[in-house]
Order: sequence, then C-alpha cells, then structure tokens
Amino acid sequence: MERDFWQRFSKNELALAGCVIVVCLFIVSLVAPWISPYDPTEIHLDNILSSPSAKHWLGTDQLGRDVLSRMIWGSRISLKVGFVSTGIAILIGTLLGAVAGYYGRGVDTIIMRFVDIMLCFPTFFLILAVIAILEPSIWNIMVIIGITGWMGITRLVRADFISLKERDFVQAARAIGASDFRIIFIHILPNAMASILVAATLGIAGAILTESALSFLGIGVQPPTPSWGNILTAGKDNIDIAWWLSLFPGLAILVTVLGYNMLGEGIRDTLDPRLRG
Amino acid sequence: MLRRMIFMIPLLFGITIICFSVMHLAPGSPTDLQTQMNPRASAELRERLRAMYDLDKPLHIQYALWVRKLAVLDLGTSFSPDRRKVSDKILERLPVTVSLNILSMILILSLAIPIGVLSAVHQGSLFDKLTGVFVFIGFAIPTFWLALLFMILFGVNLDWLPISGLRSLNYEYMPPLVAFVDLIKHLILPVTLAAFGGLAGLSRYMRSNMLEVIRQDYIVTARANGLSERTVIYKHALRNALLPVITLLGLSVPGLIGGSVIFETIFGIPGMGQLFYMSVMSRDYPVVMGILVIGAVLTLLGNLLADVSYALADPRIRIS
Repeated sequence: MERDFWQRFSKNELALAGCVIVVCLFIVSLVAPWISPYDPTEIHLDNILSSPSAKHWLGTDQLGRDVLSRMIWGSRISLKVGFVSTGIAILIGTLLGAVAGYYGRGVDTIIMRFVDIMLCFPTFFLILAVIAILEPSIWNIMVIIGITGWMGITRLVRADFISLKERDFVQAARAIGASDFRIIFIHILPNAMASILVAATLGIAGAILTESALSFLGIGVQPPTPSWGNILTAGKDNIDIAWWLSLFPGLAILVTVLGYNMLGEGIRDTLDPRLRG
Repeated sequence: MLRRMIFMIPLLFGITIICFSVMHLAPGSPTDLQTQMNPRASAELRERLRAMYDLDKPLHIQYALWVRKLAVLDLGTSFSPDRRKVSDKILERLPVTVSLNILSMILILSLAIPIGVLSAVHQGSLFDKLTGVFVFIGFAIPTFWLALLFMILFGVNLDWLPISGLRSLNYEYMPPLVAFVDLIKHLILPVTLAAFGGLAGLSRYMRSNMLEVIRQDYIVTARANGLSERTVIYKHALRNALLPVITLLGLSVPGLIGGSVIFETIFGIPGMGQLFYMSVMSRDYPVVMGILVIGAVLTLLGNLLADVSYALADPRIRIS
C-alpha cells in the first residue's frame, strides 16, 4: 500500500511540482541567515526606495532595507504561521469530528450545531474582532487563524467516522473489548488520515493567505519583523513610485500557496482517485 | 420553510453567545488583572466599558441585558469622538457594502456559468485546460495583491481608472450622466477584484455539476428523443446543473462580506468593511461587536434565502 502510494505519487506531475516548491521554501527559510545578502532590518536612509539593481536584486523599501533579504526572512513567518495554525485547526477539527462521528446522537447534534454557528461568521470579521481586543502578534494570529479554521475538518472527519465505525474491523475491535478511546484513535483515526492530510495541506495554503492579508492590513505580523504581507503594505503606500515593493512579495505568496495547493490536490489524486473534484 | 425559520433560532442564540464571549476577552472584563497589565486600556476606557456592559453584574445577567438591547438594535454608542449610535453608523454604510457585493455576485454568475458549462461540454479541450489553469491560479492568488497590481497598471501607469473612493472630488458639479459614468469608473476595479476570488470557485463547481448532469439518464433520453444538442444542453442540462449553485451562493455570503474589509480598505470605499477596519484600528469595541453580529446575521439570512429559492426552484425539495 505504502509502496504503491510513492509509486503513484512520483508519477503525479502536479504533486511533484508542488512538492518541489514546498521543499525549496523549507530550505530557504532554514538557511535564511546565510543566504540573505543583507540584514533584513538594517535601515539605510541614504538608499530608500531604490529600484532593483545588481546590488539590491529586488530593490529597497521606504527605509532602505533590502527587499530580497526581507522576503527570504519573511518565508519563515509564512511557514510558521501555516504549520502552527493548521496544526491547531487539525487538532480541534479531528477531535470534535471524531467524537461527533463516533458517538452520534446528542453529542453529534451539539457539535454540528456549533459548527453551523461558527460557519455563520465571516471568518475574516471574527479574526479581526479578536485581534482588535488582543494584541496583534504572530502568536495571537496563529492561534486565531487556527481556532477559526477547524470547521471544515470536523465535517470531513465526522463523515469518515460515520462510515468507518460500521466496518467489520471496528466491530471486531469492540468484540474483543477495546475501549472507545482505543477504537477511535488506534483503529479508526489512521483510516481517516488520508482526508486529514489533504485538508491540512490545503489548510496551510489558506492560513498563509490569511496571514498575508492580515499583515497587509497592518494587523498581522508587526514591523520591523519582515513578512510578505507587510512588505506589500509598503508597496501600497508607495504605489506610484515603487512597483517592485508590490510585485515580488505577492509573487512569493502566489507561488507558495500554489505549491501547497498542488501538493494537496496531488496527494488527494494519489490516495484516492475517486475523490477527484 | 417554517422549520428552517425555527432552526435559525438556536443559531442566532449561538451567534450572540460567541460575540458575547469575544467581547469578554476585552480589557475591562471581570479579569481586572489583564486590564492593569494592558497599557492600552486607559482608566476612562475601563470605566466606559464597565458602564456600558454592566460589568458589575453577574455574567448571565450581563448577557441577558446585552441580548435585550440587541433585540431592539441598540448596539450602544461609538467610542470615537463623535459618540454616535453604533446602529446609525453601521446602517448608513451597509447599503454600499451590500450593493457592491450584489454587483460582484452578478459579475461572478454571468462569467462563471458560461465558463463552467463550456468547459464541461467541451471536456478536455484547450478551453477546458486553460480555464483549469486559471481556476488553479485563481484559488492561490492573494486578491489584495492583484488589486495592487491592477491599481499600478490601470490607475498609475495607464491612468484609465481612479483607484480610490466612489466619486471624484468635483462630483457635485457634474451633469447627471457624467456623474454616473464617474461612479461606474470608480466601481470597475473594486467590483472586478471582489468577483475574482469567487469566480474560480464557482466556475469549477459549475463544471463538475454540468459533467455530472450530462451523464444522467434523462439527458440520454432527451438525446434519444432526437432533441438538438443545443436544446439538450441549454434547456435540460443547464437548468439542473444550476440548482446547486443557489446553495453555493448562500454559502459564499460570509466570504464576500469578509472580503469587503480588504477591498473597501484598499480602494477607500466608505462601506461597512472599511468602518470595521477603522474601528478595529481605533479599538472602538461597540462598533466592532455590532458589525460582527450584523455580519453573522446577514450570513444567516443569505443561507435562508438560498434555501427558500432552492425550494422554489426545485419541486423535488418542496414535496419531500
């Protein structure tokens, strides 16, 4: 089964391309201190808003900081936000979905009504409202994106659990006296991993988009910490003179999100061709 | 129908509970320790919050009082210097946001449906592949970035379209027709960009619906009866493929409303999204909470409307 997976995965061009992008981003953010040509927070007021040149490949910003270096360091932020907030969402979503699907009845109704309620809120409004009250910091943002993004996963996991719990292997486990806890986490959950993995990969892409939008609005990652979103803010402020501030960070976001989306769709195709949308 | 309405009540109840708890994260809540640690919460602010939310009373009574005020749309007064009623502030901006969203919804529908149908009917063609790529990029592109690029291209470099506000400064001195054209010119960029995000999703959805429908028995029957391909596709198949779209439109309401924060902020449009953003930045809690509640209720209404129209459009739903 596993060998089969890698074989099909390596034939799926979409998945491979996505994989290459994601791995490259990992490497870039890992070696950021060594490959960025300048200190990303070093201010040079004598060299502000200079256009791309041999010295500064992607130009400098309104404080004379090197845009390429800021983007390289910014990749760390998007990676961190993507993984931590999706991790939180997966944790909540899987737990609630598993409990709702496995136990059914009243528990299920309560959890699914809660999902319905959460889905009524324009997510972006909810995130902004919480940030208005707490401080905008990278940790708050990761937590908030996580706790407003679990509903889809709950629905997914619940559906998987409802169909899986009737299967023979679960009946067998119950017959030999396995506890509910054991059945849920040891027996059923591994079988639901495929759809969780796909949702997680696509979730990372969504979280990165949300973080960049928040930082762009000035309520995400706070300067001087570089993030792709807050470089774009500088791009908007200098829209009539410095196109490079607007073009490159957005391109980075696009390629990153595209990478995770391709990887996610690729994994989905590989794991279960029937799921193809 | 009536069941749907009753079903909304616990949802409304839940919405108010969540808003209420978010509000209680605020400095000035019974956990005063947090307040003292927070330098942004001045003594005056704390006093006002206390008075406004009856913080001296027990929590469940606070909640009951707040809901009672909410029921008559009394959302309190804004913290901003103008001290206006929150409901007034929101209501004067709501029409702008709603009409912008309706315009972009119309744009989405009028583009996504033909794209979806054509790529399904000609599955595997060049057009299908190109729109497939477009959809994939459409999902991944940060729309606020696209907005910046469009502003640079059409606003700054080509100077074709205005990039901020809804009207030019000399709007009042224009003859009606020129003023109308002026408004249209201001609307083009924001509406196009707000539509962009939904476009990818809907055209893909439309395509898969259509693919499913044209495999159905009744389509085969229609063909077997000798109906022309045109009639089969545009009369029999399209009508059935369109049905689920109604539900999707209902579901896309929160996304559109949420997205209005970004577009109204970028393009300087005086709508609810911009008000929300400004209130978040100035920590005007009553306005933030008011918009949060109203946004959620609008979503609920959108879903209800979608359900009702679905029932009207599809007799099968009505009978069962």
